[in-house]
Amino acid sequence: MNEFAGSQYIIEVIYLIASALFILSLKWMSSPATARHGIWAGELGMVLAVAGTLLHHGIVDWKWIVVGLVLGTGIGIPLGMVQMTAVPQRTALSHAFGALCVTLVGTAEFYLRTPNVPKFMMAVLSMEVILGGLTFTGSLMAAGKLQEILPQRPITYKGQNLVNFLLLAVAIASAVYLVLHPEAKQFFPLIVGISLIFGVLLIIPIGGADMPTVISLLNGYAGLSASAMGFVLQNKLLIIAGALDGSSGLILSVIMSKAMNRSFTNVLFGAFGQVQAAAAGAEVAKPVHSATAEEAAAILSAANKVVIVPGYGMAVAQAQHKVRELYDILTKKGVDVRFAIHPVAGRMPGHMNVLLAEADIPYDRLIEMDEINGDFPQTDVALVIGANDVTNPAARNDQSSPIFGMPILDVDKAHTVMVIKRGMSPGFAGIDNPLYYLDNTLMLFGDAKQFVGAIVRELSGGH
Amino acid sequence: MGSTLIDDLFIFMLACFIGFEVIRHVSPLLHTPLMSLTNALDAIAVVGAIVLVGERKSEFATVLGVIAIVAATSNVVGGFFITDRMLKMFKSSRPVKK
Repeated sequence: MNEFAGSQYIIEVIYLIASALFILSLKWMSSPATARHGIWAGELGMVLAVAGTLLHHGIVDWKWIVVGLVLGTGIGIPLGMVQMTAVPQRTALSHAFGALCVTLVGTAEFYLRTPNVPKFMMAVLSMEVILGGLTFTGSLMAAGKLQEILPQRPITYKGQNLVNFLLLAVAIASAVYLVLHPEAKQFFPLIVGISLIFGVLLIIPIGGADMPTVISLLNGYAGLSASAMGFVLQNKLLIIAGALDGSSGLILSVIMSKAMNRSFTNVLFGAFGQVQAAAAGAEVAKPVHSATAEEAAAILSAANKVVIVPGYGMAVAQAQHKVRELYDILTKKGVDVRFAIHPVAGRMPGHMNVLLAEADIPYDRLIEMDEINGDFPQTDVALVIGANDVTNPAARNDQSSPIFGMPILDVDKAHTVMVIKRGMSPGFAGIDNPLYYLDNTLMLFGDAKQFVGAIVRELSGGH
Repeated sequence: MGSTLIDDLFIFMLACFIGFEVIRHVSPLLHTPLMSLTNALDAIAVVGAIVLVGERKSEFATVLGVIAIVAATSNVVGGFFITDRMLKMFKSSRPVKK
């Protein structure tokens, strides 16, 4: 190979700086105090990298680059302004966009290079489009389910896993054949096509409660496919950025699946929801204690320590701002109010933290599961808002329960448990929750937002 | 372009280790903004698309490349934007009583 052309040398140096900035950017994300520096570092790295790329000596035409950048910015701004409750589907959508970019570039590179593609390059190119393709359609499906355009219940059929495995096997076999015979380019569309179909089939059987794991996993795939693209283009910055994103996604999926006591394969191929729906059907209605907003307010104002347990239901009801009012009024009365955050509460990692932060609740009041679980026996009131499975004591003591072994928030150990719920219907996963029938549990039936609002009115009205 | 396969593999391996170490220390509090940030960083794939479009080697490649630029750019802009919005919301405890 020749020496670098002058501009190429500059580009490589710029990419080196950008890589360092990207790593710093993630490093600064470790604490809320420095996190915003992280964004600036990331933005600076990105601007440098894009500007540097424009110096590339092979670039002869600018018009379409500018068109693409302008259009992309036009789409990106509204995507950056979505409601905080819509963040999970926005994230899934952006995984889809990232994967789309990688898949398209991979496809174009293949047709530009074929039939002179070295074996290793063909292998990473195949990996790039397989991962990219399945992440693209898979993320679109996930976004559709989260946006409730698609049915959220898992869709399963007989032999589903077999079909999926066979499809993937065909795609990989075609890729291997292409590596050995790069001139057989008719196989390439087959690989891309199967990956796209595989992505859809992979997400069909996955229910909403598994979304935190799935979104993280898709995040990891998107990163790995970008890294593969870096190998194809021999672009080190891309390899590094993809590896960072990939490891981030994989770490988050490990954390999420641990928090559900399940393995990756079980999340992807387990078709969880079906089994439980059947189990719940056998339950007979048992008596529960219910209470009014007035009674709930009286109990809360007499308490010293209150722990609020938010779940996806709080997000659906958009109740977080009412919850903040409750937090304010109780804090003003001298009650110690904290929030217990289960790692898989909500539809993506950290979902509840963002919603509560949006409602202006200070982040040092948001306590992780492991840290707060020991405090429940000394807690006067545990107020569960729209959370279900993450509070289900069956996970601790009922070996026959499908969620047995999953780490939960021990709300049942609090002196009084109050659960705001629309009705007695089982939660998303379809599992009955013995918590609701305990003697120290009060059910508060109603819409989360209205009920919390009613409690707030009671508290501010009386003394 | 002056790099060999084995160099790239070394870089990949090291970047994975750095990624694991750095991400492990991110507080669960910030997992959502972390994901939108890594998403924005990942959209650095846009540089591949830019070169593809700029070189104009074939009409087909240019069309795919422009779509790829649009998709990746929207991730860059949207990703940084929403991450910043989220992080602005994270505030520490105010004095409990005034």
